[in-house]
Amino acid sequence: MDILNALVAFLNFVFIPGLAYGAQLAIGALGVTLVFSILRFSNFAHGDTMAFGTMWAILITWWFQSIGISLGPLPTALLAIPFAIVITAGMLLGTDKLVYSFYRKQKVAPIIMVIVSAGVMFIMNGLVRLIIGVEEQSFADGSRFVLAAADFKAWSGLKEGLAIKTTTAVTLVTAIVTVALLFWFLQKTRTGKSMRAFSDNEDLALLSGINPDRVVQVTWIITAALAVIAGTLYGLDKSFRPFTYFQLLLPIFAAAIVGGLGSPIGAIAGAFVVAFSEVVVTYAWKKVLGYLLPVDWAPDGLTQLLSTDYKVAVSFSILIIVLLFMPTGLFKGK
Amino acid sequence: MADPFLIGEAMTGGYGPVDILHSCTIAVNKGEIAVIVGPNGAGKSTAMKAVFGMLNLRGGRVLLEGEDITRLSPQARVAKGMAFVPQTSNIFTSMTVEENLEMGAFLRRDDIRNTMDQIYTLFPILKAKRYQAAGELSGGQRQQVAVGRALMTQPKVLMLDEPTAGVSPIVMDELFDRIIEVARTGISILMVEQNARQALDIAHSGYVLVQGANRFTDTGQALLADPEVRRSFLGG
Repeated sequence: MDILNALVAFLNFVFIPGLAYGAQLAIGALGVTLVFSILRFSNFAHGDTMAFGTMWAILITWWFQSIGISLGPLPTALLAIPFAIVITAGMLLGTDKLVYSFYRKQKVAPIIMVIVSAGVMFIMNGLVRLIIGVEEQSFADGSRFVLAAADFKAWSGLKEGLAIKTTTAVTLVTAIVTVALLFWFLQKTRTGKSMRAFSDNEDLALLSGINPDRVVQVTWIITAALAVIAGTLYGLDKSFRPFTYFQLLLPIFAAAIVGGLGSPIGAIAGAFVVAFSEVVVTYAWKKVLGYLLPVDWAPDGLTQLLSTDYKVAVSFSILIIVLLFMPTGLFKGK
Repeated sequence: MADPFLIGEAMTGGYGPVDILHSCTIAVNKGEIAVIVGPNGAGKSTAMKAVFGMLNLRGGRVLLEGEDITRLSPQARVAKGMAFVPQTSNIFTSMTVEENLEMGAFLRRDDIRNTMDQIYTLFPILKAKRYQAAGELSGGQRQQVAVGRALMTQPKVLMLDEPTAGVSPIVMDELFDRIIEVARTGISILMVEQNARQALDIAHSGYVLVQGANRFTDTGQALLADPEVRRSFLGG
């Protein structure tokens, strides 16, 4: 038995990737839950909003690279995020003015807004494919590892290596900063409080003189920021393909619903539940088990519960289980 | 009698094509309490909402300090110094008591701490629970939060839709005492009440509505003494 090597293999292949993926999903799910609690519909266009924002982050990154601007060991994309947020916020505000506000004025049922957002999703999806194409784009630069596997092996003398990618570290730090800023904004600022009031009781918010148009605008701007950050981090850590972002919609919604739609803390908790479930179920445990079990007990197969091609099924199953047994989610959403 | 501070004059209208109010008049003088009573479905709350601009009037007008505000939206009326406490969902349940009060003062850009202290003096229990979520409070305390939120705008008129609905008799008496205190500071109060007897007892003027029209209008004491009102509406 070799517990240390098993632990390092677990950290390297399950825990750290799960943590990074969870953080990316969490920021995505926060955007979904924000739109749900303030604008009161499930925004199916969120995945493609992430794709749209990431596309701009990539284009601006390429431009920066071409004129020689870089962040040294950090990915240049971090520098492009603020610009991409501005463009995406403009896009969302424009969409709201052109599309959503028309239906909001008629006070349509939430399900109609969901269908409307599905239409917006297809348009955005098409736009992204027209501009940047359907292929995979890679835009990560800077140094590849904060901690390389070989260095770790040399330092610890273990057979297993532990690697921390720069993008993983960047993901975690950015996620923590983003979430902290979002919560500070919602809890402490006048505008943030008015958004919570609007979400809590729209009629009373109007009676208190809160301007609904302003609440809606600020919501879209924050949603744009969250979408760009989540999308860019995901793209840096993995890769960018428009179709993958469309597929991300499912784990993101699963995360928001598991945590309880409308609850920001729930969105974060739900994101990690979904991320770790996906990684645990699709990881081939042969290596970890090989260290833990006596030699002749070591499994012959990969001991992988589900092929990675089916990882979408994990989100789906979680979604169904939660909706059947705990429809309000872990943190009592709506 | 001088012109009333706020008057909804000969109001006719309803939510849809059917009129609920038929030439109904409701008024309140400065620093006084006016109470609307009547049987269920008489249009009490509707009359109040009409004064606040929450339904379209087909006839009549609403005057505040002599100014015609019939066409103003409820939000614009808040800015003019009117405050409204709805009967239900009248607090932000997920926010703390203090945040509820802050939201009441959303339109104000000046220092709100004085007003907040006044409200904590009026309702000491709210000060003790200021950092607690308003949704966790008891029914009576929630009503205090609701009235406190409305007072944060420093209104000239406070409109209350059944402030004592669903609270115990002891809490009800206390709420009425607080309402009298508020009126003494010069704020006019217009309220709809189910507990007609107690409400008329503290009211300067009372309006008995039946089927959307004025049936009796007099001072609170005179209505209480009127044998017909007693027999029909106060249970003898």
